[in-house]
Amino acid sequence: MTASPALSFETATETARTARRPATGHALSVTLRRLTKAFDGGEPVIRGLDLHIPAGQFVAIVGRSGCGKSTVLRLILGLEEPTSGLVSLNGSDTRASKRIMFQEPRLLPWARVVDNVAVGLGREGSRAERRERARAALEEVGLTAKADEWPATLSGGQRQRVALARALVSRPALLALDEPLGALDALTRIDMQAMIERIRIEQGFTAILVTHDVGEAVALADRILVIEDGAVALDVDVDAPRPRRRGDPDLAALEGRILDQLLART
Amino acid sequence: MADSALPALARSAAARPARPAARTPSWLNPSRLIPWLVPAAIILGWQVAGSTGLVSTRFMPAPLDVLRAGWQAAQTGELWVNLWVSFLRALAGFVVGGGIGLAFGLANGLSKLSEQLTDTTLQMVRNVPHLSLIPLVILWFGIDEGAKLFLVALGVFFPIYANTLHGIRSVDPQLIEMGRVYGMNRRELFWRVVLPGALPSIFVGLRYGLGIMWLTLIVAETISANSGLGYMAMQAREFMLVDVVVLAILIYAALGKVADSLTRLFERTCLAWNPAYRNG
Repeated sequence: MTASPALSFETATETARTARRPATGHALSVTLRRLTKAFDGGEPVIRGLDLHIPAGQFVAIVGRSGCGKSTVLRLILGLEEPTSGLVSLNGSDTRASKRIMFQEPRLLPWARVVDNVAVGLGREGSRAERRERARAALEEVGLTAKADEWPATLSGGQRQRVALARALVSRPALLALDEPLGALDALTRIDMQAMIERIRIEQGFTAILVTHDVGEAVALADRILVIEDGAVALDVDVDAPRPRRRGDPDLAALEGRILDQLLART
Repeated sequence: MADSALPALARSAAARPARPAARTPSWLNPSRLIPWLVPAAIILGWQVAGSTGLVSTRFMPAPLDVLRAGWQAAQTGELWVNLWVSFLRALAGFVVGGGIGLAFGLANGLSKLSEQLTDTTLQMVRNVPHLSLIPLVILWFGIDEGAKLFLVALGVFFPIYANTLHGIRSVDPQLIEMGRVYGMNRRELFWRVVLPGALPSIFVGLRYGLGIMWLTLIVAETISANSGLGYMAMQAREFMLVDVVVLAILIYAALGKVADSLTRLFERTCLAWNPAYRNG
């Protein structure tokens, strides 16, 4: 991958920039080989998982609680070490970042909203530059007006939007979403789903969404993986056009199929 | 008027625009005055009881006598010298004891090894009431500054140590994980996540420490000193100058109050992000 001539890469980036779209090579692809994870010598949570996620794909991982879906995400991000097997991330830009959005916003209560977003930039550039970019990211999630507030003054949905801005401010190549909307009310959740979808189309990163909400998976993902007992039980592509309409009969049928798969074992 | 003013004050000032400071100045506002009614009544009653002879001024001087004693002591300069000496002792003991407490608290909160090495020992020493060491301390240091410094530092050490350690341990592990995932190194993690998270608890320790600081100093100065407020009070007792004794007690109270208010001010600036410390 990295062997491609520097010249053509350079021009590709240039055209991408002039077209105001992220470089096509920016996203990461993810490959898992015979991945196994057991905690403290107990029963393995993940059993010999093989999976390839192409760059730029939006994958949703659904499953019952305790099926190991969050563990898969943490393994991909390197938050956990695999017991055996291999996780590899590949992309043309090796410095490309991976970011995660947790179920909780996890904002620093003692930092202003804009500084919380700037956490996503780490030590890149000067403090003023980081704040500038953080403000731009806040604009993307519609929270410019709250930039100088304390997180404590925000609502749950607003906090999660700040967390989204923090995850996206560094223009990541891979965004992991660990049930980020699970704690929000239904309407806020639909708003946030639309926001995530829009920003993903703009930025073109690879996205992995872990969720127990099949409707959410069907609304957002290009591909849905159902995980049962630490292995992939179902792998379906969703090629419905975007933006997707809620209540679309094809999508509803797919949702039913996945739910059947999930509930079949009771 | 009072009915509408009370709830408005109770609600956060940030939530609604500041009202025009037109009508009454804030200190005249009834809700500000109410807390002062009882103290004012007590002082008035005390004065009346003293001047009508209901209470013998040999044992309990009237407020005006105490004021007069204060005025005299201030004129001769004796008050300022003693006040300054006591203040320096308190400060030195607090800085030394608090500094060591903070250092151990941080070290033991951040390093497992350090905690295993020292925490049990420190917890054991904590069970010794530090004032019980006075006879020993007098033997070691005489009635020098060293004795006072040692006692105050020892007293201040534990609340600051224990609360710093507790503060660091109770920092939300989810935030620490977030910091790691977002690429913070150990140093950034400490300054941006751990320390700010522990700060509310450290402030609790600070306020406890200040209380213990005055208490220790009073006892130490009363028992063994040749200057300072406690010494002034003991000298006055020898000569039956009750008004000076009461004066010294009131000054101690005022100093405690000043220290507490300063910490509150600090808290409010450092912890402005925390809804529990905002306004109020």
